[in-house]
Order: sequence, then C-alpha cells, then structure tokens
Amino acid sequence: MAKKNKKSRWIDRMNGWLSDEQGALEREMEAAQEQAAAPDIEKLSPAELRWAQEEQEEEKRIEAAMHTWTEKKALPFARALYNLLCVGICVTMIALLLYTVTTLPAFGDPNHPINNEVSARYIEKGLQETGAVNIVTGMILDYRAFDTLGESSVLFTAAMVVLFLLRKDKDSARYSQLAQTMDQNPHSDTYYEPKNDIILQKTATILVPIVLLLGVYVVLNGHLSPGGGFSGGAIMGAGLILYVTAFGFDKMRRFFTYKTYQRVVLVALLTYAISKCYSFYTGANHIESIIPLGTPGAILSSGLILVLNICVGFIVACTMYCFYAVFRKGEL
Amino acid sequence: MQYLLVNYEQTAAVILFCIGFSTMLLHKNLLKKIIGMDIMDAGIFLFLACQGFIKGRVAPIVENGVQDVEAYINPVPAGLVLTGIVVSVSVTALMLALTVRLYYRYHTLNLDEMIALAGKEEV
Repeated sequence: MAKKNKKSRWIDRMNGWLSDEQGALEREMEAAQEQAAAPDIEKLSPAELRWAQEEQEEEKRIEAAMHTWTEKKALPFARALYNLLCVGICVTMIALLLYTVTTLPAFGDPNHPINNEVSARYIEKGLQETGAVNIVTGMILDYRAFDTLGESSVLFTAAMVVLFLLRKDKDSARYSQLAQTMDQNPHSDTYYEPKNDIILQKTATILVPIVLLLGVYVVLNGHLSPGGGFSGGAIMGAGLILYVTAFGFDKMRRFFTYKTYQRVVLVALLTYAISKCYSFYTGANHIESIIPLGTPGAILSSGLILVLNICVGFIVACTMYCFYAVFRKGEL
Repeated sequence: MQYLLVNYEQTAAVILFCIGFSTMLLHKNLLKKIIGMDIMDAGIFLFLACQGFIKGRVAPIVENGVQDVEAYINPVPAGLVLTGIVVSVSVTALMLALTVRLYYRYHTLNLDEMIALAGKEEV
C-alpha cells in the first residue's frame, strides 16, 4: 500500500513538472519544512530547553559560516579552476589539431587518399546508372538514397519535437506566468502582428513570387545543375517566411495551416520511403527505377531522382516555415 | 609552419572549430553556447569541403559528356557536408526550443544560476 502511495505521488509530481506548474514544487517544499520544524518542546525541562536552544544556535552559526565559506572561497575557486581547465583543454586541442593539419596531404593534392575507387566509380558510371548530370545529386538520391531518407526523417523529427515543446494549445494557460505575460505584452514578438507596413508589403509583393519561383527552379533542376531538394526547399521556406512577416499569420492561414503542414510532410515522406524501400523486395541490390532514365540533360530524366527531389523540397520548405512560425508565435 | 600555410584552408577550419569549442566551454549564457556549437559545425563543414577539392578540376557536373576521373573533384565530401548541414539545422532548432522552455521555467539564461535554482528545487 505504502509503495503504491509513493508511486502515485511520484506520478503526480511528474505530471506537475510536465505541465510546468509553478506552485507545485514550492508547496511541496513548504510542507516538508513545516514537518521538519515541529519538535516536541513541551516535554523538556528548562535546562534541557536552554541546552537545545544553544545547540540550535551553534548549528545555525556553523551553517552560516559554511555558507559564507562556500560563497566567498569555494565557488570562486571552483570557477577559476573550471576556467583554467577549459583554457587548458582548448589550448591542447588547438595544438593537437594544428599538428594533425601539418601531417595531412597538401591542399588540392590529386593523390589524396580520399580520392579512391569509390569516387572514381561515381564519376565514371554515375551518368549511365542514375541518369543525373549532377553527380552529387545522383550520389545522394540514388546510391545513398537511404542516407537522405534518414536526413529528411531527422528534420521531420526535429520539427515534431519543436512543436511538442513550444506549440500553444488549449492548455497554454498552464504554461509558466512568463509565457502568459509574453502573450499579452504588446512589445513581445508573440503578441505583435505586423499591420500595414507598406514598405515591407510592397517589397514582399515583388519578391515573394520571385523567391518561390527560384526555389521551384532549384528543386526541379536538382539533377542538372547545382542545387536540389535541400537548397531549393530552404529557398522556398525563406519565401514563405518573408510572406508571413509582411502579411501576418491570418493571410498565411488561408492556404497554409497546421493541417496542410501535416499532410504535405506526411505524403512527401511516405512517397520517399515507399519508392526507396521497395528495393528491399528486389534483393536490396542496385535499385532499378521503373521510370526510364531518359536523355541526360533534359528536365524529365534520371527516373526517380526528380520525384525524390520534389519530396525533399516540400519537406524542407514546410519544416523551415514551421520552425519560424513556432518559435515566433507558438502555432502554425 | 610551411605545412600550415600549404594547408591554409584546413588550418582555418581547425581554428574555427577551436573558437567554437572554447565559446561553448567558457560562456555561461546558453544562447552563446549554441552559437559556439554552430561555429564548430561551420569549421567541420569547411574541413570536409576542402578535403574533396583537387587543384585544377571542376565541380562534379558532367559537361560535354566528359566522364573522366581527371576532370572532376571528389563528389563524396559534398554529400557528407549536405547531410551535416541538415543535421546541424535540426540540432540547433531542438536546442533553441529547449532553451526557450528553460527560460520560461527559470527566467534566466545563465547556466550557473539555472543550476543553483534547480538545486534549490531538489531540496
């Protein structure tokens, strides 16, 4: 019974901590102090009482002395020791790493051991096997596509955790007091909505279509020129952020809400995962694309790479905008 | 010493890494620690990117059907740096979110004060 009681109390404390109740811990501490500060004085004789008082005073004096000693001597000493150790570690590290640099092959050396048969194979056979003119794109979205799937999942997971930590919902009243005051403070970012900032709005009207178009171009040309899903997605995310900065969240929510975010990212990640995971069923060898590779250099070439680039672009653009919106406002 | 000048890009990368590392260790402000971490990331990306460079060769985008190893630089480090940048963005966002929550709870960004307040709560 006692064990069960203890457990339920632990769960209560955990819940209180999770929902960030300010008063919970303080109330608990007060209760503990009251329990401790209730000695049974009535039964003692006057001499014993005086003796107990003196003992208490002595204890208090020792405690105070210990406190001043920690404040005045021990803490500064520990801080100085910590700083000294940090500087020592940094200097040692700089020396070690600089020594390592002196033993590396010269910069731009063709005989660097990193230029081995792997990169030679990518360069010599990459165009025939993947159909991508940009060898780096062919590498990360065909030979190493699982790596890129993991990358997209890392980005997705980070977005999920940020939403989990900072998103405000019905329970936001149970946040700390500071979060509430920040909501009502007209100077804070979470309260402020830009209204009729004419310079920003006119600039955004011209810039946002161009930025979004450039992002789409970089995504669609990922297999032909420098760029790809990640850089194009980041550019599109920048366009969305510029739009929401100029026109506010109300106009943004006409076409991009939390539901849109969920659906777009889910569909993109699932498309990527399914289109790459079927190689498990074909023996996990080199992945034969169903789509013909086409002529190198054309937009509709290189099979699956174009589709995967578009998926990655959607994921990155939505995640970048999600980061911005959640950090600024606590909701999408 | 002349080796350091020959490998000047790697030297710069190492110095950037160490600046970030000491920023992370010596500052008490959590935001500055995060900035230090990002500087460390930048140093590592510079180091990786300049490992793949070969003098006199061009970026690995096939031009005019030339598919000779002698014509292009190494494409592998570029892919690694791409992975690194994405992970760095995710980790930075995660750390910033945790910092915001810590600020809501303790009303300070100083790590020492935060530890002292947390210690008081433990008692």
